[in-house]
Amino acid sequence: MGMTMTQKILAAHAGLDEVKAGQLIMADLDFVLGNDITSPVAINEFKKAGFNSVFDKEKVTMVMDHFAPNKDIKAATQCKQCRDFCGEHSITHFYDVGNMGIEHALLPEKGLVAPGECIIGADSHTCTYGALGAFSTGVGSTDMCAGMAKGKAWFKVPSAIKFNVIGKLPKYSTAKDVILHIIGMIGVDGALYRSMEFSGSGLKNLTMEDRLCMANMAIEAGAKNGIFAVDEVTLEYVKGRVDREFKIYEADADAEYDEVYDIDLSQIKPTVAFPHLPENAKTFDEIGDIKIDQSVIGSCTNGRIEDLRAAAEILKGRKVADNVRCIVIPATQAVYLQAMEEGLLKIFVDAGCAVSTPTCGPCLGGYMGILAKGERSIATTNRNFVGRMGHPESEVYLASPYVAAASAVTGKISQPSELTD
Amino acid sequence: MKAKGTVHKYGDNVDTDVIIPARYLNTADHKELAAHCMEDIDADFVKNVKDGDIIVARANFGCGSSREHAPIAIKASGVSCVIASTFARIFYRNSINIGLPIIECDEASEKIENGDEVEIDFSTGVITDITKGESYQGQPFPDFLIDIINKGGLLNSLK
Repeated sequence: MGMTMTQKILAAHAGLDEVKAGQLIMADLDFVLGNDITSPVAINEFKKAGFNSVFDKEKVTMVMDHFAPNKDIKAATQCKQCRDFCGEHSITHFYDVGNMGIEHALLPEKGLVAPGECIIGADSHTCTYGALGAFSTGVGSTDMCAGMAKGKAWFKVPSAIKFNVIGKLPKYSTAKDVILHIIGMIGVDGALYRSMEFSGSGLKNLTMEDRLCMANMAIEAGAKNGIFAVDEVTLEYVKGRVDREFKIYEADADAEYDEVYDIDLSQIKPTVAFPHLPENAKTFDEIGDIKIDQSVIGSCTNGRIEDLRAAAEILKGRKVADNVRCIVIPATQAVYLQAMEEGLLKIFVDAGCAVSTPTCGPCLGGYMGILAKGERSIATTNRNFVGRMGHPESEVYLASPYVAAASAVTGKISQPSELTD
Repeated sequence: MKAKGTVHKYGDNVDTDVIIPARYLNTADHKELAAHCMEDIDADFVKNVKDGDIIVARANFGCGSSREHAPIAIKASGVSCVIASTFARIFYRNSINIGLPIIECDEASEKIENGDEVEIDFSTGVITDITKGESYQGQPFPDFLIDIINKGGLLNSLK
């Protein structure tokens, strides 16, 4: 029996010819990631366990993005702990205020993750790098610690669900709408312990930014990883970014899948996930008048340049509605600079948006846009759990940058066609 | 190894944001985290929880963020075991790695009620609801993971 793409990568990194779903393996890691929230726990464990050095100072990264620029004294202390550790161990890839970005936008952009690699990160959205055809998954701080020290992690080999992507997205429908549609279809535990494998003739119509957005939210269906077949789009993206050799893995023709879904991109409509689970996906024929207090455009899901271009297309020459706060957060310094050069930041400020330095900030209810009791935000982020963006009695609605921008203008949850028709 | 205690019962999809809200993640101190455990789903949990108590929930417990602060907060609250129909995968591995006992059992997760007295035998996977006088067979850990647990957690097992 053949192997899925994920199984092939895991077998190669465990030094095995073949692996089967359910098998427990110890795999070699190509890259280990932590952030300012999860790294301090890993560093404490590293010291407690008495490890003296990291397995490879080029293959460990810490990105200060969640509560950075430091939101308070405690956050500053955690960032300092990471900074000191990275200095002490001469870790090459330490990203701090001024050169950091949101980790899952930053690592692909810097060429730190490549097709066929095996990557863990102490952040659940580490599954993002599956967009490049890597095996990449979120773990906790103890796994990060073990990965930093030994370059290894244990895995239970997952089975997979295949998504056969066909067709092309209509105007104003985006990758975010595709992944919200899929999570709505299979549920927040629909892919629990399993891989979500994306392939098919429609893949060529999805940009790398689209794929990063979709792979990012695989965890919201409970998946271990999301992974895209490698094609011309992938190779074009890594050209000039990745300067080391990498290997391309393809699923075997006789690979076994638990389920196979056809996803016709041409049928995807603007979609909004209602509180308090990403699976509560609705299209606009099911959405009435829902007033908003805030619109957040950014995050590791939708803070890349194409996302800001989409938001700017809607906000250009328009104004954010009275009593709505619209916060735009470019995901990295490079995205920020690009947006500035393209005149997008001026469009945002002219429209009455606040433009922030890169940070995870409000997405996880850290800072930079926290909601009061009873307030409601539309957001291009990835989670709408109880209290995710602030008060336990506030609400988050997940959507694409087009919808978040259109909603900021009208003051209620709206699709772009309400403004442009 | 056995655990015994009073049950705190929850439903499906208890996420890591309600187990320990991100606004408290500016510290890794176990006691500080425990002081806010389950705050956004059960404001009285911290007041009511006693050493040895057991959390029982339905499907997909611990979904969402990879924060190890979630199992740490639960363990530091004195909870001796979490029983659920299924666990989100990162929460599952984090619990094993830090030594918070967890066990999957759909029947127990459905039938056990809030306030019941429950005992778990980890070597057999048998869960006994003393209040109801019923027993359920949970899923014991595979040998690979028992080896990690017996060696005192992931880091010790790698030394």
